[in-house]
This record gives sequence, C-alpha cells and structure tokens, in this order.
Amino acid sequence: MRSMNKTIIASACFALLATAAHAQSMVKVDGSSTVFPVTEAVAEDFQKSTKGAVKVTVGISGTGGGFKKFCRGEIDVANASRPILKKEMDDCAKAGIKYYEMPVAFDALTVVVNPKSKITQLTVAQLKAMWEPGAQGKVATWNQIDPSFGDGKLKLFGPGSDSGTFDYFTEAVNGKSKASRGDYTASEDDNVLVQGVSRDVNALGYFGYAYYVENKNKLKAVAVVNSKGKAVLPSEQSVIDGSYNPLARPIFIYVNEKSLERAEIRQFVEFYMKNGAKLASEVKYVPLPAKAYTSNLEHVAKKKIGTVFGGEAEVGVTIEELIAREAKL
Amino acid sequence: MDKKDLELVRGVIKTNRRLDVIFAAAGFLALMIGVLAFITLFAQMIATGWERLNPEFFTSFPSRRAANAGILSAWVGSLSVMTVTAISAIPVGIAAGVYLEEYAPRNLLTDLIEINVSNLAGVPSIVYGLLALGVFVYAFGFGQSILSAGLTLGLLILPVVIVSTREALRAIPVHIREGAYGVGATRWQVVRDHLVPYSTPGIMTGVIIGMSRAIGETAPIITIGALTFIAFLPPTPITGEAPYINFDWLWSGFTVMPIQMFNWTSRPEEAFQQNAAAAGFILVFMTLMMNAVAIWLRYRLRKSISW
Repeated sequence: MRSMNKTIIASACFALLATAAHAQSMVKVDGSSTVFPVTEAVAEDFQKSTKGAVKVTVGISGTGGGFKKFCRGEIDVANASRPILKKEMDDCAKAGIKYYEMPVAFDALTVVVNPKSKITQLTVAQLKAMWEPGAQGKVATWNQIDPSFGDGKLKLFGPGSDSGTFDYFTEAVNGKSKASRGDYTASEDDNVLVQGVSRDVNALGYFGYAYYVENKNKLKAVAVVNSKGKAVLPSEQSVIDGSYNPLARPIFIYVNEKSLERAEIRQFVEFYMKNGAKLASEVKYVPLPAKAYTSNLEHVAKKKIGTVFGGEAEVGVTIEELIAREAKL
Repeated sequence: MDKKDLELVRGVIKTNRRLDVIFAAAGFLALMIGVLAFITLFAQMIATGWERLNPEFFTSFPSRRAANAGILSAWVGSLSVMTVTAISAIPVGIAAGVYLEEYAPRNLLTDLIEINVSNLAGVPSIVYGLLALGVFVYAFGFGQSILSAGLTLGLLILPVVIVSTREALRAIPVHIREGAYGVGATRWQVVRDHLVPYSTPGIMTGVIIGMSRAIGETAPIITIGALTFIAFLPPTPITGEAPYINFDWLWSGFTVMPIQMFNWTSRPEEAFQQNAAAAGFILVFMTLMMNAVAIWLRYRLRKSISW
C-alpha cells in the first residue's frame, strides 16, 4: 500500500514541479517526408559541428502538416516538397508570420520499368494515356499505348494519394493535381513499388529518384521526352541543366523570419546552404547549382521575404527562373 | 446385451473418438498458425538485423549513414513515455475500477459509464491522438512533449486497467469481504487491506497488457507531434545539486521505437532495412521482458496470498 501512496504523491509532484520548458538553443523543423533525408543529414552534421550546443529536431508531418505548424509559429523551419499554397499563405499572414522560401535540392520523379522490358522511352502523352482518370478500366494492355509495345498486360505501380510525389506527377502528366486512375497498385512505401516493378516484366511505376538509384540493378529508368522533343534519362546532369522535364521539381525549406533573428537559426540556415549540395547528393538527391544556395542567403541579407510562386502549383520551372523571380508574401 | 448392440455402441464410441482427434488436430493447427507466423517473423527479423545488434546500436543517435545509425533516442524516448503512461494510468485506472466495483451505486448513470468504459477499450488509437492533440498539446499547453505522449497513451490503456481491476476484484471470494465487514471494517479498510492486495496479480496482468499495447503504438504519438530525427536525450531526471530531481525531461521532444522503425523501412537504402529489423527485434524483446516481469511479479504476489 505504501508504494501506492508514493505513486500518488509522485503524480502530485509532477503537477507542481512542471514548469514550462526552458528556451534552449533549439532549431525545430517539421514537414515533408521527401525533404526529410536532406534536412536530416544537415541537422546531423550541424549538430556535430556545434558540439551539441544547438539542438535540432526534425519531424515528419507532411508538407501540409508542416505548413500548419509553421503558420502557427510552432516551428522555425518547414520542409516542403511543393511551394506554399494560397490558403497556407493566408494562414501565415493572419498569424503575422513572414518567411523566406529556399529551394534546397531537386527531386526527380523517375518512371521505371522492369529490366527485361523493351520500353526505353515514353512521351508525356503516352504516360497520360496510361495514368489519366479516363484510362481506368479501359487501358489494360501495352499495345493500347503503342502497337509496337506488344500485348502484355499493363501493371501500374505508384504512390498513394497522400504523397506529394503523387500530387506532382498527376499535375505534370495529367494536367491536374490528384487526377489519376485509381486501379493501380498504390503504396506509401516506395520500397513496395520497387519490389512490384522488379518482379513483373509488364510493370511500370514512378517514384523519387533516390529509390531508383539505390535499386538500379532491379529496375530500368525510362527516358521521358521533354518539351523540346528529346528523350532524356534522369541523372544529376540532366536534372541540373533542366533537360529532364517536366518530372523534376525543386524541394524547399521555408524559414520563419522572426526565428532567423536568433543566432542558432541563422547558423543552421547558413550551414544548410553551405553544405546542402554535398549532403543532398550524399542522400541521393540532385543538388541545385551552387548559385541557388548563395542566392538563398542573399535573399536573407536583402530581406526578400515571401514566395515566388504566388500560391500556385507549377510544373517544369527551372532553377534559373526561380532565382530570377521576385518574391512576394 | 447381445453382440449386435455391443457393435453399435463400439461404433458410436469410435466415431466420437475420431471426432476428438480431428478437433485436437484442428485446434493444434489453429494454434500453430499464430505461433509459426510469429516465429517466422521473429526469426526473419533476427536474421536480417543480427549484424546491427551491437552495443553501438544502442548508444548511437539516428544518422543518414545506416551503419552509424542507432536507436538511443528511440529507446530512451519509449522508456520515458512508458514511465509517464504507467504513473498516470495505473493509479487512476485502479481507483476508477475499485470505485465502480465497490462504491458506485447501481443506477442508470453507472450502467452508462460501465458500457462506455468497455467500449473505450475498442476505440481506434488515432482517436485518442486527436483528442490529446486538442487537450494536452494545445488546451493544457503541454506541447509536443514526453508528458503529452505519456498521458495520451495513459488514456489509451485506462479502459484496459479499469476493466481488469474490476475482473480481479470480482474474482475475490465473497467470504473475504463478508468476513472483513463482519469484524467491523469500514469499506476503505476492506479495500485497502484485502481487496486491492488480493487483486494485485489480476490488475498487474491488465496493466501489462495495456502497456504492451502502448509501447507499440505509433498513430496517436505521431498525431501529437513526435519527432523523427532527434539527436539528443531529454534532460536527466536526477541532478547533482539540490533538489536532485529534475522534471525538465517531461517537456522534452522525443521519438519512440515504432516511429524510428517505420522511418527506416521507408528508406531507399537497403542497409536501413537491417536497422529496422534490429529495432523491431529490440521492440519485441522489450515487450517480452515487460510480460516476463509481470508474470514473475504475479507469481511472487500469488504466493504471498493465503485464504
């Protein structure tokens, strides 16, 4: 019985002694799972470089979830796999939160087939014929796309509808975000998609570049015909020079302007921009050209706050265009 | 009895024996489905993760390099959250169970409460997460902390603790109660000196079942904002200077084992699958150890009870 009394007293003590956490040197990041590996790598090295004096936490609550927290002022930095949307801009404006938009790397969506497949290149129109909502239940064999593709049964693999990759692919290929046929094998775990495509000669799937790079021996990337009519395979080179389009997209971090007044946030962002390129390629993402990182820091120096997208999702913008544009809140 | 009848009887016996064997076989098969599935999973986890099970795995923070990544922040986080869960849910659950069983008047209101408590045990855990996000994280201002997570999981297992407390109290022979009241004990004295001590083994079982469920929960913890990358530990609860006890750890950010595992399984690099398997093995091991401690405690406590 005595032990139970102790427990009760201990619980009471919790209530009494519980005081608000001391504000330590802490950098709070949350948001997209696509951006996570890059920010995690930066956080790991940054924390080491400060010898633990600054603590960094990174959560995964999705791009949308991250912006919600960001616009409530709960976090300092938001990871985002797409630009901030109108609704989120309004939320931030209402809370008086101003921010810097910083592209940090490219994510190249890669269309893959089985290594035994004869397919080597596809046009966006052909991809659309496979993936558009109208294809559901109708387009079932490869020769419906092109008679030369043979009569194999078309087996499609792709991410589920909660993923930013899905949003971007549908926008780029079908012309409308989230518009896709539903009768394909969907999984939020890209490794499941890798397994699926590697086991079926007639399979086709799409996911982030990193998953393709790690599984090159099991998959074959498909060259996608770009806006200039050239079939281009995804690679660091083709993504950086902008020839791999429209399936390459920049990913971002958004930094709270108020937080940047704190020394540790400033250090973190500077560290991110200095080491971002190296760390991004280490986690198999395509880094931006060096001037993109320096221009991010210039924006901070010149107080160029806001987004260059105006709350709209866009497809196929090059990094040069982004740097040249004028930001607004 | 002539020979014909005897044949008939033997026939019936034979059929029944056969049925007996068939049922035993079916039962054994049913049992094996569960056991073999578990053994296969467990063996596969050990086979995949074995290489990673070295001391560094327990003392390293997560990292982008699979070989350097460890579960230090995850297991400390899980342990801290479970501590808060136990401290909050056990006393409240037992008190509620004792009240419902021994004190509460029988009327419509208590009936309603009873039905709800039983139903709460089946509510999906994400619902608790959403409730906790509104109540603990925002309304009470506990933030995305170990305290919030522990209380959330405490709520989650509360129904289990209440129900098992009541079951355990009901299993106490009625003459114990009658005897105690007979010699003039008050209700509180009966509860304190007889009912709670005698029902402790049963309550323990419920508590452990609840805690084992809680340690593997991911959904409510993610909802209230657990982190995925965290490379520091909460402040230590014991300090070198007065008052020697420090509660700052309750306010710290955290991650837990299942979240760390999930993050690793979704990585593109194959090497992270090993880490995930190793972490899975540790999580199962932690659950088994909790059960083992419960069984041992129950055995010890049962021995000391004599009616």
